[in-house]
Amino acid sequence: MRLVADIAIRHRQGRFILDASFSLTGAWTVIFGPSGAGKTTLLRILAGLTQPTSGRIQLGDRTLLDTAASVSVPAGKRSIGFVTQQPALFPHLTARQNVAFGIRHLDRGQCEAHVSEMLRFFGAESLADQPAPQLSGGERKRIALARALAPAPDLLLLDEPLAGLDDASARDILARLLSLQVSGQVRVVYVSHDLAEIWRLPAEVVCLEAGRVTAVGPLQQVLAPHRDQLLQQLR
Amino acid sequence: MDLQALGLTLRLAATTTVVLFALGIPLAYWLASTRTRVRPLVEAITTLPILLPPTVLGFYLLILLGPRTAFGRVTAHLLGHPLAFSFSGLVVGSVLYSLPFAVQPLAAGFRSVDTALLEQARLLGAGRFRTLTSVLLPLSTHSVVAAAALCFTHTVGEFGVVLMIGGDIPGATRTLSIAIYDQVQEFSYAAANRTSLVLIGVAVLALALLYAHRSTEDASRG
Repeated sequence: MRLVADIAIRHRQGRFILDASFSLTGAWTVIFGPSGAGKTTLLRILAGLTQPTSGRIQLGDRTLLDTAASVSVPAGKRSIGFVTQQPALFPHLTARQNVAFGIRHLDRGQCEAHVSEMLRFFGAESLADQPAPQLSGGERKRIALARALAPAPDLLLLDEPLAGLDDASARDILARLLSLQVSGQVRVVYVSHDLAEIWRLPAEVVCLEAGRVTAVGPLQQVLAPHRDQLLQQLR
Repeated sequence: MDLQALGLTLRLAATTTVVLFALGIPLAYWLASTRTRVRPLVEAITTLPILLPPTVLGFYLLILLGPRTAFGRVTAHLLGHPLAFSFSGLVVGSVLYSLPFAVQPLAAGFRSVDTALLEQARLLGAGRFRTLTSVLLPLSTHSVVAAAALCFTHTVGEFGVVLMIGGDIPGATRTLSIAIYDQVQEFSYAAANRTSLVLIGVAVLALALLYAHRSTEDASRG
């Protein structure tokens, strides 16, 4: 499913804060860039949480945004899951209730089975009845991912989903996310500024710097000039 | 002890609290979420009864609900009796008078909910009603309890508005605070003392319930 975006946020004085244009066809895309490059803003615009000054977003044959035609599909109708760096779990609900929150058009039994499947997929079935505030950082990430995937979105936006996790948890969650690619269930846009984290991902990359796209293409090819930086990080 | 006045006061306070929740929750939600420029004006109008002398509010309501205005004549025609000097009229006056005590705590509670949670609710397809009932209200229980306690006790203790709109009709508009006024006028200080103690008891009970709920919430948060 092709994702085409051409979006801009302009400051009041006319200066561009974000001016990004790309067309992506792969199942996984990494948005790579330093802190403050506009990666999170870009994801928020794709999700429908931030309105750009102008632009157009096309996901497959659906137009999600076209400011020229005054079209802006509301966030809840874009079929997009969004997991932020700090997973915002509903604190008054259990892990199971959090995952079930966005599921519609299923009867109770089907919903429960689907929630259990999502929890199992992220290795979190034992956490089902835990109240959200009692979960650890890694557990919260797993539940947030399960919740975002439960309504079967067309697009999953991940904003530094592994930040703050220990290596084992990060590797385990990434492996589970990558298995989504194998099954081809959902298109993933993955934001990171950590070269070591994304280096081995079979993805295309959009490099963002100071709000502008500087390169688009296969990840290892585009980021090859940064290899020395990666090696330094790994040392 | 005027049991008839006690019963009427409790009925008035309960009815007013229910009506205030029905009106106050949507209004507080709107105030907490809107970015429109008229919000400060609407907030000022809903807060006005706190500053306005109750007799001023009561006077204008008496005029509005009476036969001199079209509104008064229409409601009298619909209800079969004028709103002024009736229990229904007292409810209208009490709702307006206690409106800020419902709206202010509720709006403050809604505003304190993390916007990231509201954004997740939106992304997961929740509309405004579901966001209100499934996220905002459960995460603002202390504000809901505070609003209920304040509305109830404020209505139980009101005097000026009730006297202006309802007068002093036993069984219809005579509330406890008016009964105290009558008892003092008749030099029945012992009776006035007993009635006053009931009002103090209601206020203390409401505040105790409010703080007990806050303690329970604090304990559950660890």
